[in-house]
Amino acid sequence: MNIREEMQKANRLIAQIGNFGLQLVWFILHLSVSTWYFLLEIAHAVESYFISSGLMKSYKALNLGKLRYLAIVVGSEEAYQTSKVSELLQWLEAIGVKHVCLYDMEGVLKRSKEAILEKMSNATVFQEADENDKLLDQKHMMLEFASFSDGKEAVAKAANLLFAKYLTSNNSSEDQEGEIFTEPHMTEALRAVGSGGPEPDLLLVYGPARCHQGFPAWRIRYTEIVHMGSLKSMRYGSLIKAIYKFTMVRQNYGK
Amino acid sequence: METGDMLRSSLRADDAAGHKAGFLALTSMLKYCYELGIKCVSIYAFSIDNFKRRPNEVQYVMDLTLKKIQGLLKEKSIVQKVAAEKAMVATTNNTGMTMPFICVAYTSTDEIVHAIQESCNNNWVGIQEANGRKAWNQEIRDEEYQMEEKAIIKLRDIEKHMYMDVAPDPDILIQTSGEHRLSNFQLWQTTYCLLCSPAVLWPEIGIRHLVRAVLDFQQHRS
Repeated sequence: MNIREEMQKANRLIAQIGNFGLQLVWFILHLSVSTWYFLLEIAHAVESYFISSGLMKSYKALNLGKLRYLAIVVGSEEAYQTSKVSELLQWLEAIGVKHVCLYDMEGVLKRSKEAILEKMSNATVFQEADENDKLLDQKHMMLEFASFSDGKEAVAKAANLLFAKYLTSNNSSEDQEGEIFTEPHMTEALRAVGSGGPEPDLLLVYGPARCHQGFPAWRIRYTEIVHMGSLKSMRYGSLIKAIYKFTMVRQNYGK
Repeated sequence: METGDMLRSSLRADDAAGHKAGFLALTSMLKYCYELGIKCVSIYAFSIDNFKRRPNEVQYVMDLTLKKIQGLLKEKSIVQKVAAEKAMVATTNNTGMTMPFICVAYTSTDEIVHAIQESCNNNWVGIQEANGRKAWNQEIRDEEYQMEEKAIIKLRDIEKHMYMDVAPDPDILIQTSGEHRLSNFQLWQTTYCLLCSPAVLWPEIGIRHLVRAVLDFQQHRS
């Protein structure tokens, strides 16, 4: 009996040592990953400094032809820092970006619209109806504010518009199902419920992780998504680099 | 059959080799996912946009996909159930295996429109049934309530008709070749998903890329 007990104790001890060993390996692995990211952050900060000071000539001339519409996703906790958001918009204005959509999940930026617009000398809020007129007005920067309600909830509202058409067609006994439920009709329905903004070419995520946080799905089919780090550590040089890299990308669209 | 052979022979040798290498990489990745205990994997094998490619290449990829899926189905140690074309079939994953969902002729926008169409059909049937029961003078208040319920499409109606409703929302999305876009894949399901874009090309992907993605995910979660 004693031998058996001794063996059981020994087994338990080995299992505990084994578990401890594995936890140590896991800890060391994550420590290495954190150290790597820390060093990468320093390298990015240095590179950003060189870019901002104009030492890197390749970033000087930015061809913004491909960047018609830019979207920014901000983590909802950081979205309360309206001064940082305004600073970012001022940088974008200086670079020459004309159309920007600001998104955060909880709608903090929507509620801070007035505060943000106050600090911008030449910005106006994007209205779907004015789109054609304002496109010609190059002096103004067009801002759009979006939140989670413009994503999935807007799709549900648009679905109800399509449902109403479907009910009408059923009542008139015409078979129009194939003509009602199409992607162009969905786009129109989203526009009708007020969530039909243009598709961004580039989406910059200012938050803890590269994650679009529910940005309206219908609009980001082919959007380049770039993670910029947290809003509090945003850098002008990193912004220039992200936009420059975007202008160098080639999309095949499935071909 | 003859036309198929002619089409296959006119496909460029490097395209064919590329697609074959792609499927080899897929089977390796599924094995690595199984080793790491990942329960569910969805793969973007062929987009509706890819129909723009040359017909002989599309034919080749479809034939290869069918052949490989049949092969995978025989390998019961890894695969529970595989979905082809637009049909995504649910099975219960209670055996600790990795369940792959192979998306063929899929785009997220098509999935959303299809889900809305199904919800509308479903609600329409519900309204007809409630109307019918009302005609028989049964509990009128209940039937009116049913009709009111069915008259509006709710978000949960749409979500339950999504093709990908059979799988949980992904935690990590890996897009190879350094591409930084979703390309119309799971736009709806990736609200809280970590998007990884390793520069490696798909046929050359290995376990280290998967481990790196998992470590990144764990870092952000902590």
